[in-house]
Amino acid sequence: MLDRSFIGHTFDPVSIEVEKGQLKFFAKATGENNPVYSDEATAKAAGHPALPAPPTFLFSLGLMGPEPYPVLSLLNIDIGKVLHGEQRFTYSGQIYAGDTITRTETIRDIYDKKGGALEFIVHETEAVNQRGEVVGTATTVTVVRNG
Amino acid sequence: MTITYDSVNVGDLLPDHLSPLVSRHVLALFCGASADHNPMHVDSDFAQSFGMPDVFAHGMLSMAYLAQLLTRWVPQSHLREWNARFLSITPVNVRVKCTGTVVEKFEADGERRVRLHINAHTDGGAHTLAGEAVIALN
Repeated sequence: MLDRSFIGHTFDPVSIEVEKGQLKFFAKATGENNPVYSDEATAKAAGHPALPAPPTFLFSLGLMGPEPYPVLSLLNIDIGKVLHGEQRFTYSGQIYAGDTITRTETIRDIYDKKGGALEFIVHETEAVNQRGEVVGTATTVTVVRNG
Repeated sequence: MTITYDSVNVGDLLPDHLSPLVSRHVLALFCGASADHNPMHVDSDFAQSFGMPDVFAHGMLSMAYLAQLLTRWVPQSHLREWNARFLSITPVNVRVKCTGTVVEKFEADGERRVRLHINAHTDGGAHTLAGEAVIALN
């Protein structure tokens, strides 16, 4: 069983620069054919200062730190045992290429079902840009398959 | 056509969005592009060592397709919050069909908003993601 005493644990903040090449790569990999996500001239014509990050890119920013899966490392969970149970996003701003996003992640809950065969970790990340503006939150429910 | 609050009714359907084929190549590209390097999605030897028959798609790849469903309907700046529950794994070599329905019109935080039910299915008919999105409309 996972140690419930980690509920409430907050990881050290991690700052990530949003690279435009990564955004273009993300657009290619997801078959995104709206040029606002891959062509800077189109983005600027649409009123954006730079390429915008698409809605789920906030999740990827969580994986770009020095430790890609801090929750799994802290709780000593094998990555082959985990599934993504749910993902939630809220937005209060737009992330752009060139921004530096500082993300702070907190473990909100740990619980189990099926007599412990499945355990669930709820972890929430707040993202703040280089001007100190909160741009959004990403909340992940990670499922651990035991046995 | 610009989507406005007054032009939308409860029960309206968003235009369906069908993904490209989710091939092993797409999973490899998404592994790099999304920074999710979990080998479960690209290394079949690894997947089999954890009891899975083969690699399967990142849940976040299907959620990216759901995001495209939304941003083809309205610009991204209208999206306030949304979620997806991952109901079943998405196997390799399927397409992901994304659908959305307007279920509520309401006002909050001084804005007019609509709530959508959104879903993803494989082209084989498996229901893979279900969620809600809140969109602000002028």
